[in-house]
Amino acid sequence: MLQYDSIDEIVRASGENKISEIILADQAKAMDVPAEEIFARMENSFDVMCEAVKSGQDENIRSMSGLTGGEGFKMKNYSETGGISGKFMTKAMSMALAVAGYNASMGKIVATPTAGSCGIMPGCLVSLYDEGRATKKDIVMSMFTSGAFGIVIAKNASIAGAQGGCQAECGSASGMAAAALVELMGGTPQQCADACAIAIANQLGLVCDPVAGLVEIPCIKRNVSGVMIAFSAADMALAGIEAYIPVDECISAMRNVGDALIPALKETALGGLAQTPTGKLLREKVFGKEKE
Amino acid sequence: MNVFDIIGPIMIGPSSSHTAGAVRLGRVANKVMDGKKPAKLEIILSGSFARTYRGHGTDRALLAGVMGYHSYSEEIRDALEIAKNQGIDYKFIEQDIPGAHPNTARICFTLDDGTEGTVEGASIGGGNIRVDLVNGMRVDFTGENNTILVLHWDKPGVIADVTALMRLKYSHVNISNFHLSRKERGGEALMTIEIDGQPEPGMTEDIRGLMNVINALLIRAI
Repeated sequence: MLQYDSIDEIVRASGENKISEIILADQAKAMDVPAEEIFARMENSFDVMCEAVKSGQDENIRSMSGLTGGEGFKMKNYSETGGISGKFMTKAMSMALAVAGYNASMGKIVATPTAGSCGIMPGCLVSLYDEGRATKKDIVMSMFTSGAFGIVIAKNASIAGAQGGCQAECGSASGMAAAALVELMGGTPQQCADACAIAIANQLGLVCDPVAGLVEIPCIKRNVSGVMIAFSAADMALAGIEAYIPVDECISAMRNVGDALIPALKETALGGLAQTPTGKLLREKVFGKEKE
Repeated sequence: MNVFDIIGPIMIGPSSSHTAGAVRLGRVANKVMDGKKPAKLEIILSGSFARTYRGHGTDRALLAGVMGYHSYSEEIRDALEIAKNQGIDYKFIEQDIPGAHPNTARICFTLDDGTEGTVEGASIGGGNIRVDLVNGMRVDFTGENNTILVLHWDKPGVIADVTALMRLKYSHVNISNFHLSRKERGGEALMTIEIDGQPEPGMTEDIRGLMNVINALLIRAI
């Protein structure tokens, strides 16, 4: 059975197979449940993602605080024009916005790996599905690759903003999604690892500084940048560009950076955007004046 | 940890650590109360929980969990009103617990019959939790596996009696983790027994019937 101590271990164990194939088999064994049942459970998660995209693109979605809402709807309309980065990319962005916004409205989502970063995997995967560029079965399988990489990240660094900053949430999600994208487009296990490394490296140091302490500003839009980084990292890896720093070392670096971040920049809303004049004003709008 | 801890949980937003994890902590308290409705609740919020709980609905989430709801239940949004309507007298207290994980809550409950108890734990990210304290005694479990808590008197042979019962009557149940904690020599002690797979019906009741066992509770994987 796999130990999930390093991504290198997973890549080596895969050999000529897809990563997702060995992970599904390993997880079935570890959980003592038939592989079909585990696949069905993952398929259900993908279905929840698709529903969250749909619900989140509704015009009237508003967050509990009232600070945000409607981003998914606006972006979906805009994507019809093709925007600057093309129909596919703008649509992927609208999906990330929709799911992250739906989350802020206390809607039902799949935490991948957390709720704050829940729009990144759907932004990458539901968009491919929607365009018919990957089958549902392959997408569901690729989520096992993402999941396996996520386990290693959680073990060797962190997936919690309170411990590692936003790099631990959106950075991890982006790395996980990049690996799935590479597998879906026919890349090798090593290219999956490289894409994950590139995505994590490009979000190293990202702080968690939610305005008013809410998973809204800047979280919702950071899901979009997470999608863009995942796509670009996957494209680079598929182009044959290697990660010069191996993925497991990128993960260690993320841990070290996370440890070095001061608590004000780790979900406490005591630093970064949360403490800008406008950030404070928005906080007052929701919770009233601070007593201190 | 498995892939569904990472691709999941399926949950009500907005925060896996501050909403979904909080529901799961509440659910542990619900199990420790044996599913009963508390008359009174005092919930201490420490660290990041104390600073940001209102915005994340952590208070709603903890209450929903205590009332037995799941992290995917739509009722979380209305948990404050539901608790009020059920006549639960609840209070949230912002107070840092020294040395605790940044997202820690201590749930102190009083049942209708006057029984008091506490559950303290942390939401450690991605909706995952770690339970640190049950009724004043150190524990260490995640709620990921089926877990049996055995409150007993600290007397020689009690652990052997419990494991012998499991070995003889429920021979295919495998213990995956075992932890023992006690307040003082000869006083109350607590076994935390995590098992692989599903518990057999009747096992918890059988353990409860052993000599020197005060109570046994099954906390199903949450």
